[in-house]
Amino acid sequence: MDILTANNIVKKYANHTALDDVSISIPEKSIFGLLGPNGAGKTSLIRVINQITGPDSGEVLFNGAKLSQNHIAHIGYLPEERGLYKKMEVGEQAMYLARLKGLSKNDATAKLKYWFEKFEMESWWKKKVEELSKGMQQKVQFIVTILHEPKLLILDEPFSGFDPINANLIKNEILELKQKGVTIIFSTHNMASVEELCDHIALINKSKKILDGNVKDIKKAHRTNTYEIEFTGNLMGFTNAMWAGYELIEKSQEGEYCKVKVKLQGSNTPNSLLQSVLPSVQINSLREVVPSMNDIFITNVNSSINHPIGNLTE
Amino acid sequence: MSKITLIIQREYLTRVKKKSFIIMTLVGPLLMAGLIFARVWLEMIPEVPKKIEIIDESMMFKGKLENSKNLLFFFPNNTLTNAKANFYKNDYDILVFIPENIIDSHSIQLFYKKQPGLTTQDNIKNLIQNKLEDWKLIASGIDKNKLESVKTKLNVIANKLQKTGEEEKSNNEAGIIIGFVGGLLIYLFIFLYGAQVMRGVIEEKTSRIIEVIISSVKPFELMMGKIIGIALVGLTQFLLWVMLTIAITSVVSNNFLEKKYDSTMVVEQTYKSNTPTNVEQEINKPDLGEVGEMLQNINLPVILACFIFYFLGGYLLYGSLFAAIGAAVDSEADTQQFMMPITIPLIFSFIAAQVVVTNPESPMAFWFSIIPLTSPIVMMVRLPFGVPYYEVVLSMVLLVLGFIGTTWLAAKIYRTGILMYGKKPTYKELWKWLFYKA
Repeated sequence: MDILTANNIVKKYANHTALDDVSISIPEKSIFGLLGPNGAGKTSLIRVINQITGPDSGEVLFNGAKLSQNHIAHIGYLPEERGLYKKMEVGEQAMYLARLKGLSKNDATAKLKYWFEKFEMESWWKKKVEELSKGMQQKVQFIVTILHEPKLLILDEPFSGFDPINANLIKNEILELKQKGVTIIFSTHNMASVEELCDHIALINKSKKILDGNVKDIKKAHRTNTYEIEFTGNLMGFTNAMWAGYELIEKSQEGEYCKVKVKLQGSNTPNSLLQSVLPSVQINSLREVVPSMNDIFITNVNSSINHPIGNLTE
Repeated sequence: MSKITLIIQREYLTRVKKKSFIIMTLVGPLLMAGLIFARVWLEMIPEVPKKIEIIDESMMFKGKLENSKNLLFFFPNNTLTNAKANFYKNDYDILVFIPENIIDSHSIQLFYKKQPGLTTQDNIKNLIQNKLEDWKLIASGIDKNKLESVKTKLNVIANKLQKTGEEEKSNNEAGIIIGFVGGLLIYLFIFLYGAQVMRGVIEEKTSRIIEVIISSVKPFELMMGKIIGIALVGLTQFLLWVMLTIAITSVVSNNFLEKKYDSTMVVEQTYKSNTPTNVEQEINKPDLGEVGEMLQNINLPVILACFIFYFLGGYLLYGSLFAAIGAAVDSEADTQQFMMPITIPLIFSFIAAQVVVTNPESPMAFWFSIIPLTSPIVMMVRLPFGVPYYEVVLSMVLLVLGFIGTTWLAAKIYRTGILMYGKKPTYKELWKWLFYKA
């Protein structure tokens, strides 16, 4: 079941197209990575989902129903460009933002109490926002975003401005929310965190979606049949033992200890490679070189530039 | 509670709780009361009488000029040359030379050590002038008492005769003042609080809270919430000012002035000076006399209701435009180029108001009190003169349509502008924003 489906979204501004026929489906209770270079159209898409702007054409469905103002209470949004009223007190401000999302006064008070205790920030309640550090402000914002227990949470660069300890705290909260059944759209440039958190991704470049799917499937599809082998013995002996159908792409040697990367061609398997080299060297390890999300991102964005799918004159 | 009420509440409370608001609310009436009392006070300071030496070559005035509270006349037997030479040796303040042929020349000379006030000069002049006139009357054989009895003071009661045959008294001083003060207040209110709306929008943009908020509420709700919230702040401040000014004025005049001075004298003095700069003071006078009659001619409740209507209508009309400007720019420094189209009609209507006071039924007065951009101020000035009901209704309807129009227009610029950062937009871009789909 998809919690959110966007069909053929087009969004144009005066002299540029921000979204060109973009469709995505976000499965319920998953973490969905929305990736793309700067200016690709991620924020435009997020704004359409948040009903901050409307699409020129296309439709968005929330739980199968056309997206409407009623759904605002079920969506939580942490924008990349975020801030608070500087002169307002933290507690007052958190109450205000919570109540704008539709929480009653009592509900908001109880929930804020819970979260302020959990994050050990009760003493901030009466402080003015401008007295807090950037990281502290980010924490307040995170709490306000999740306070109304949205079914869909949209986090745009949620870790920016956090030190590693607090970033970890937030990461654990995100995972806990996922456990509770919250669906999360996660937009970031930090590929390591995509790898760690995301179940599905969509990659947008130049207003178009160029790749989407399950992270495992995408990784499988981007396998290059390359293996890293560490062995003790003669490097020359190793290469001579390889038959045609193997390509040596990297090698390094420290005394007897060697490390190589070999790309298998044709129907060759790691087993056949091992068979051919086993007589010559002592194998220490063999593992498949799986492409990182970083590699996949760069390869896809570059190839979409080299082989334009549509009108990319912008 | 609906979301817009929440926004109004926040906009109102954060401003009312500010120290600057509390200080302004307290200092404003103190300044007003201070101004009122400063005037009364100044008039009660006893003046040191001026000693005036008169060299009268005509020999007509000796003993004929009566000393008054402020002027003491002396007639030493002296020549002008001598008197001038010794002027600084004795303590006369002013030396007046009346030539022998004063009856024909009609001119005297006045010498002073320190520039005398205009009133002192006028008083001396009037005294001598009156004496001269008396002399001439006698010389031409006219009985002064007879002349006095012939002198007539004509009292004109101006009535506007309506087509229906109704009569309306018009054109009175108090009305002019009420209308003008009302117009001035509206003008100031629009500028002060319109700028606050603009600053509020810029604050939300620069602090980047805007995107968080408009993911919960529609940009239009946020804009209207801010405009209405600030309007309430303005009304609160205005009402507090009026109440505090009245309170301070009455407390001080009861406990302080009455004990020290004869209060009727104070009132009389203020009344005599008759520079009606302050309506309240005129109203508070125990002996209302003419002014009271004038006020009774004006339908005060209607004027007050109209004032509140134009006050709010004008503010709403311009408030949304101020909001749109705030949304279009990134910082207050960038607002200048867009402020022009707003400030020009405002300043223009203020200038027009001053012309309308002298000619309330001219075509200019009519048109400016009908066109929404200028009507709040100009109509306010015209109202006490009596304006046909259909014109008032037309002007009000147009004002309502006007602010719906500007709000609609501003909302479109606003919702696009608040999410735009970086370069300063041009008018051309603002125009394009009007056609973006929400």
